[in-house]
Amino acid sequence: MKLSSHLPPARNLIIAVPWFWLALFFLLPFLFVLKISLSEPVLAQPPYMDLIREIEDGFVTIVVNFSNYQMLLEDSLYLSALLGSLKIATLSTLFCLLIGYPMAYAIARSPAHWRLPLLMLIILPFWTSFLIRIYAWIGILKGNGLLNNLLMGLGLIDSPLEIMHTPIAVYIGVVYNYLPFVVLPLYATLIRLDLTLLEAAADLGCRPWKQFLLITLPLSMPGVLAGAMLVFIPVMGEFVIPDLLGGPNTLMLGKLMWTEFFSNKDWPLASSLAALLLLALIIPFVLLRHFERRAEEAAT
Amino acid sequence: MNRRLPLLITILLFGYAFLYIPIVSLIVYSFNESRLVTVWSGFSTKWYAELLQNGPLLSAAWLSIRIAALTATLSVVLGTLAALALVRFRRFRGRGSLEVMVTAPLVMPEVIIGLSLLLLFVAMENVIGWPAGRGMTTIVIAHTTFAMAYVAVVVQSRLAHMDLSLEEAALDLGARPIKVFFTITLPLIAPSLAAGWLLAFTLSLDDLVVASFVSGPGATTLPMVVYSSVRLGVSPEINALATIIVGLVAMAVLIAGYILWRQEKHGRSDNL
Repeated sequence: MKLSSHLPPARNLIIAVPWFWLALFFLLPFLFVLKISLSEPVLAQPPYMDLIREIEDGFVTIVVNFSNYQMLLEDSLYLSALLGSLKIATLSTLFCLLIGYPMAYAIARSPAHWRLPLLMLIILPFWTSFLIRIYAWIGILKGNGLLNNLLMGLGLIDSPLEIMHTPIAVYIGVVYNYLPFVVLPLYATLIRLDLTLLEAAADLGCRPWKQFLLITLPLSMPGVLAGAMLVFIPVMGEFVIPDLLGGPNTLMLGKLMWTEFFSNKDWPLASSLAALLLLALIIPFVLLRHFERRAEEAAT
Repeated sequence: MNRRLPLLITILLFGYAFLYIPIVSLIVYSFNESRLVTVWSGFSTKWYAELLQNGPLLSAAWLSIRIAALTATLSVVLGTLAALALVRFRRFRGRGSLEVMVTAPLVMPEVIIGLSLLLLFVAMENVIGWPAGRGMTTIVIAHTTFAMAYVAVVVQSRLAHMDLSLEEAALDLGARPIKVFFTITLPLIAPSLAAGWLLAFTLSLDDLVVASFVSGPGATTLPMVVYSSVRLGVSPEINALATIIVGLVAMAVLIAGYILWRQEKHGRSDNL
C-alpha cells in the first residue's frame, strides 16, 4: 500500500495550496505587467491610467496604448540595452563554464571523502550576502584598490588599471557570483558518469584527451546546458552587478528597468521593458525545462 | 589517473582562491583602523563598535531577520507541499503548470518578480483593499513566492530518494495515514526541511531587488541600507557587517555539513 493512495481529500489540498499560491503571486502578476505596459503614464498615485475607463453611466471604454512599445522600438537606447544584456549574459555564461567545468571535473574525480567538503566550499560563498560579495570586488578593483596596489607594489604596472566601472568588472562580478550555479549541475552529471566507458576506451587505445572529447564531454552535456541556463537567464535581468561594478556605459535591461521605475517613475515603460525581457527569456527557459527533464529521465 | 592529479589540484586551488580571496579581503580590512578600506594602518575593532551604534542599520537588520524567519517558515510549508505533490502524485490536473511555476522562480530575474508583484499588490489594494499599503507583509509574500521554489527543489530530491517501505509497513499495520505522515515521513525528510528553511532564510535576508519594489516607506530592510551605503563608496562598517554575516554563515554551514556527513556515514553502514 502507498501513503499517497490513502489521502484523497488531503491529496487535493496538498496540490491546491501551493498551486494557488504560485498562480496568484507568480503567474497572475505577469498579466498586470502586460496590462500596465499598455497604459499611459500619468502624474498620479499609482502613476498610470487605467485601461478601462467609465465614460458615462454604465458605459465603459478600453483604451489600449502601444506607445511604450513604440518607444522601445524607436529609441536605440533600449535596443542597445537588450544587446548589451545578451552579450554580457552570453559571454559570462561561457566564462562560467570554462572555469566551472574543470572545477566540477576535479571535484568529481577527487577521493570520495573529499567530495562533500569540496562541494560545501563551492556553496559556502553562495550563502553569504550577494550584495556583500559584490561590494568585496569594489575594494579589490577600484583605482586605489587591492589589485592595483598589489600590481604597482610588484612593479608590474606604473599607473592603476581602470577596471572598476567597465564591462570587465561586470564580467568578474557575474562569473564570481554565478560560478556555483554551473559547478553544481556539472558535478551532478560528472559524478554519475560511468567510468567503465573510459576504461574500455583506454583499453582500446583511446588517448585521454580523445576520451574526454568523445565520451566525457558529450555525456555531461545535460549538466553543461542546465548550468548555462541557470546563469544566462538571471544574468539577462541582472541589476545589482551592473549598477555597482559597471559604469554609465554598461547598458543592461535590468538596470534600465530599475531606472525607469525608481528614477523616472514611469511604471508603464518599466512594465513594457519587463515584458520585453520576459519575451527574450522564454526560449532559454523552455530549453532549461527540456534539459532538466532529460536529466531526470537519465537519473531514473 | 595519477599523472593528471597535479593538474586537477592546481585547478581546484585557483578556483577556490578566486572564490575566497574577496571574502578574506573583506574580513581582513574590517579590522583596519583607517577609513580608507584598502590602506592598512593598524589593527582596530572600532568599526564593530560603530556598527553597534548605527541605529538605522540595526533596526533594518531586525526587520530583515523577522521577514526572513516568517518567509522561511511559510516557504517550508508551501515548498514541502509542492514537493509532495510533484513526487508522490504521478498524475493530476495542473501538474504541468505546477512544475513550471516551481521551476521558473529559480531563474526569473528579480526585477521582473519585484515589478510584477508590486503591480499585483497595487491592483489588489484598489479592488479588495488588501494588502493595505506595502511593507513587511508584502515583502514576506514576495520572498515566499521565490523561496518556496528553492525549498521545493531541496525537499523533492530528498523525497525522491526516500525508502517507501517504512511508510508502507506502518500503513499495513493499521496506522492512520495522517499519523504515518507525521511520525514517519516528516522525520525522514526533516534534514531537507531544515536545509530548506535555512536556504529560504538566507535568500530572504539577502534580497535587495524584490524587496525594493514591494516595500513601502516604513519598511527598510538591511540590504537596502547596505546598498545605499555601498553606492556612496566603501565603508569599513560594511566590512564589519560582512565579517559577522560570513562568520554566522560559516558556522551554520559547518554544523549542517557535519550533520550531513554523519548521516551519510550512518546511511552507508545501514545499507551494508
